[in-house]
Amino acid sequence: MFYILGAGAVLSALSMVTNKRPVSAAMSLIVTMFCLAGLYVLLDAHLIAALQIIIYAGAIMVLFLFVIMLLNIQEKEGRLAGHKIFLQFSGIVIVGYIFIKVVKLIGGSNLPARMEGSIKGFGTTSAVGEMLFTDFLLPFEIASVLLLAAMVGAVILAKAKID
Amino acid sequence: MIADLIEAVAKILFIFGVNMGFFAPVLGWVERKQSAVMQDRVGANRADIFGFTLIGLLHPVADTIKLLTKEDFIPAGANKLFHTLAPFITLTPALIAFSVIPFGGQYEIYGHTINLVIADLDVGILFIFAFASLSIYGVVLGGWSSNNNWSFLGAMRASAQMLSYEVAMGLAIIGVIMVYGSLRLTDIGAMQENFFKWGIFLQPIGFILFIACATAENKRIPFDIPEAETEIVAGYFTEYSSMKFIMFWMAEFLEMITIAGIITTLFLGAWHIPFISSKMLLSLFSFAGANGATILVMLTNIATFFTKIIFMIWFQMTIRWTLPRFRYDQMMKLGWKILLPLSLINIFITGLVLLL
Amino acid sequence: MSEYIPVLIMLIIGAGTSALILVATTIIGPKKSFADKMEPFECGESPIVSPKLRFSVKFYLVALFFVIFDIEAVFLYPWAVLFKSLGLFGFVEMMIFLALLGVGLIYIWKKGALEWE
Repeated sequence: MFYILGAGAVLSALSMVTNKRPVSAAMSLIVTMFCLAGLYVLLDAHLIAALQIIIYAGAIMVLFLFVIMLLNIQEKEGRLAGHKIFLQFSGIVIVGYIFIKVVKLIGGSNLPARMEGSIKGFGTTSAVGEMLFTDFLLPFEIASVLLLAAMVGAVILAKAKID
Repeated sequence: MIADLIEAVAKILFIFGVNMGFFAPVLGWVERKQSAVMQDRVGANRADIFGFTLIGLLHPVADTIKLLTKEDFIPAGANKLFHTLAPFITLTPALIAFSVIPFGGQYEIYGHTINLVIADLDVGILFIFAFASLSIYGVVLGGWSSNNNWSFLGAMRASAQMLSYEVAMGLAIIGVIMVYGSLRLTDIGAMQENFFKWGIFLQPIGFILFIACATAENKRIPFDIPEAETEIVAGYFTEYSSMKFIMFWMAEFLEMITIAGIITTLFLGAWHIPFISSKMLLSLFSFAGANGATILVMLTNIATFFTKIIFMIWFQMTIRWTLPRFRYDQMMKLGWKILLPLSLINIFITGLVLLL
Repeated sequence: MSEYIPVLIMLIIGAGTSALILVATTIIGPKKSFADKMEPFECGESPIVSPKLRFSVKFYLVALFFVIFDIEAVFLYPWAVLFKSLGLFGFVEMMIFLALLGVGLIYIWKKGALEWE
């Protein structure tokens, strides 16, 4: 099951990156989100899985689609077409560097390969909530300030068009 | 393990049979017949086999045959892939969403515990919301890929409307979750055995808010501006034909059933009969032996649940054929300026009452 | 985990049914195409404006506000489940959270971002 979902996530992510049409790319990203939600379920993180679909697939990707349709980007070459080889080369270098670092990080830490018999109630709504509303209270309240800032920002960005 | 799997498959087939085999086609007939009755017309009564019309009940059969033999038409300039994908994305989530709604309680028959819900998930109602939020892509893609002004306008209207009301819908049920302290729909259902603990009494504002938002979410009159025939032909599915066209309708009917299921579970006491507890039922059926009595109680509960669902579907149909359509600005105003603040106030009041 | 197996079965059956209907209607229906029919439906007129136009920024704003309020709602779900055990403390902390977002709602309201005339 893990391999099916993992392969699905990787393949759809690849198709997102390589797709020239923005709408197709966005739809591929939704498939990626969906596969990730499946992986969360495999990890016993039930609430996170549901929220992954609600927030990422259901809300943020709708926003992306709206932006794509709003701007109505045609299938064009990017403005940086002239430096294509240089860009591709630097892209590969950066991604490769990050990949090596991540591999080192995972290899260096002694994470248990697999949690045997997960903690009872792990990943359920009440378990997540208990953590969120006691230990992580400050981040939670700061999140509301962040959301407020996002609202103000959205209005200011769009204000010129409304007036 | 094998028994569990058989049980799961049996439940899935039952729900699937009831929803796709009974409700989806019959609701198409009910919609027409009820509109006819309410508007003093004779209504669907033409399809017949050897002269028997069965008050028009053969129309769904005739429709299916007709739609299957119609041309599946994709206009020039349309994006073929997404044009085909849109009805698929609309119908599939609608089919799946019902799987967390319990249609009965927990019963022990011959030493095997039967839990009458397809998937008893911890996230419960969030599962439904997750899949409901996916159905918006069917609308957006359907409208966008058709390369038609009406479709595109309908899709934009529909998506903005669905987004607006999804917020208020999510907030409307927070009160219910606060009262019952669980997202698991089986828990919420089990806690409503006492008639006076039904959600509709504990959360009257939440009930009204939820019905309004759910109707808007399903794009039915009075919120059917995305498919308003007098303005934009048929909205986002203008360019669809044959079964693809009817798939959008099937999704609408299935969503109606799901909404009725959620309302029944959250507000109308799920599978419980008012004033009759499971113990009373059990003693009433005691003549059939321990296992027989449990089976009879189970069947009674299932029947009760579906009676309530049918009532809620009737209620939604009646709303559709009673009210006129809102204007778009009125509708957005209702969503953001009335329903959203009201649901926030509802959360506040519920919190205060529960703490005192 | 095991309670998700029925979901998987349901997913497969649901997707299968939808796909089956699509395939059936594509195969069974006749195919006759001629130029007039392939035009976008506009009551027989040729369309003057392309549907691929830019549309009002308000739709974009609605989507953005939806994301924000959806995240807010997401915080509310675990809180509502735990409401009784968190007691007054939990109530107060959530009311601070909601008050901040309430300020945001009033702000966008006053700025006219919710007007659709």
